[in-house]
Amino acid sequence: MDCTQTRDYLHGYIDRELDPVSAAALEQHLQSCAACQHVYERQSSLRAAVGRQAAYYTAPGDLADRIRARIGVATDKTVAKPHRPDWQWLQLGAAVAVTAVVTWMVTLQMGGARQDEIIAEQVITGHARSVLTNHLTDVASSDQHTVKPWLSSRLDFSPPVTDLTTDGYPLVGGRLDYLDNRPVAALVYRHRQHVIDLFIWPDPKANQSSAMKTLSRQGYNVLHWSGAGMTYWAISDLNQDELDAFTRVFSQR
Amino acid sequence: MAHLDAAYNLARWLARDERDAEDVVQEACLRAFRFFDSFHGGNARAWLLAIVRNTYYTWLEKNRTQMLNVPFDEETLADGGDAATPAYESVERALQQEDSRRLVNRALDQLPAAFREIIVLRELEDMSYKEIATIADVPLGTVMSRLARARKMLLCSLQQIARES
Repeated sequence: MDCTQTRDYLHGYIDRELDPVSAAALEQHLQSCAACQHVYERQSSLRAAVGRQAAYYTAPGDLADRIRARIGVATDKTVAKPHRPDWQWLQLGAAVAVTAVVTWMVTLQMGGARQDEIIAEQVITGHARSVLTNHLTDVASSDQHTVKPWLSSRLDFSPPVTDLTTDGYPLVGGRLDYLDNRPVAALVYRHRQHVIDLFIWPDPKANQSSAMKTLSRQGYNVLHWSGAGMTYWAISDLNQDELDAFTRVFSQR
Repeated sequence: MAHLDAAYNLARWLARDERDAEDVVQEACLRAFRFFDSFHGGNARAWLLAIVRNTYYTWLEKNRTQMLNVPFDEETLADGGDAATPAYESVERALQQEDSRRLVNRALDQLPAAFREIIVLRELEDMSYKEIATIADVPLGTVMSRLARARKMLLCSLQQIARES
């Protein structure tokens, strides 16, 4: 790669969007060219300064209420449910019902082999539904000693809950969801602007810890593992490496 | 409401005004709600931001007469835009000063909307090139070149402000 090409591809490299081959070629050039190395360092530091120092404007406190009022949704602070079933919600309901029926039929036909795939679909649906209906949490608290008892009192098991704020993943809260034909715990974490859902439920077959399985669907990354009698499904729009890092931090606690 | 801050942040950077940003976000959320069935899975934040962006440009069209859009002088600024020039030293010094936040905000505010939005999506919302391409409705290949140009312009803008102060 020469200087002209390097300058062209430099931003893709800074943003980690280059394919590995181009990235390697660019790195090689940077090592041998002081001028390009110089430009690279300055652009990186400018990029970092902007990310750190440019204002992130957060919405005024009452904006959500005003929007809910205009949409005609109840302004219940914790659980935003539609006032009346207007057609969008009916459509969503119908879509969920269809998914449920199809899932059930598919389960009958294919048995356990594709079980993970089916749960993954449910995990994605559960996550997308909670994000889109603005129902991230049933219990909003960054305190693990609030979230854990709240979930335990509503489930037939007690999920492990840890606040990971010091590791860069503040706990937002928890909610109940229904996956794999049973009520499950969903822990909600945040990482920068990304939401991470971690679904947990007991699995009698999961006494030996299993290897991490990853898959990505529809722009989401999903990670699945089990251990100590529990099965874990993490989902987020974070990239795979970052979601990996999160699950490592979580399982080490 | 999930992603409301992201929606507001983008609208605020585009409109450069609090009241206007609120109007745009309200309108965008109503649209998002109405067109919910057009959401086919994927990244919900990116989907909402695309609606915010479209709503802003529609809104701008309607209010164009009142808008004084100061053209950005790309020509005069293009010379100093390389990070290799000595003028960058002044930027580096300025960025270490106390009011550097104001400096960065002002520099970003001065960019034309197409470049302002791509910086906001990349640096503040941490969106991938693919997501930016969807939101800003440009081919994937355009994202990198536009981002390169936006950063270059931002650097010019910073240099100019640093020189003035």
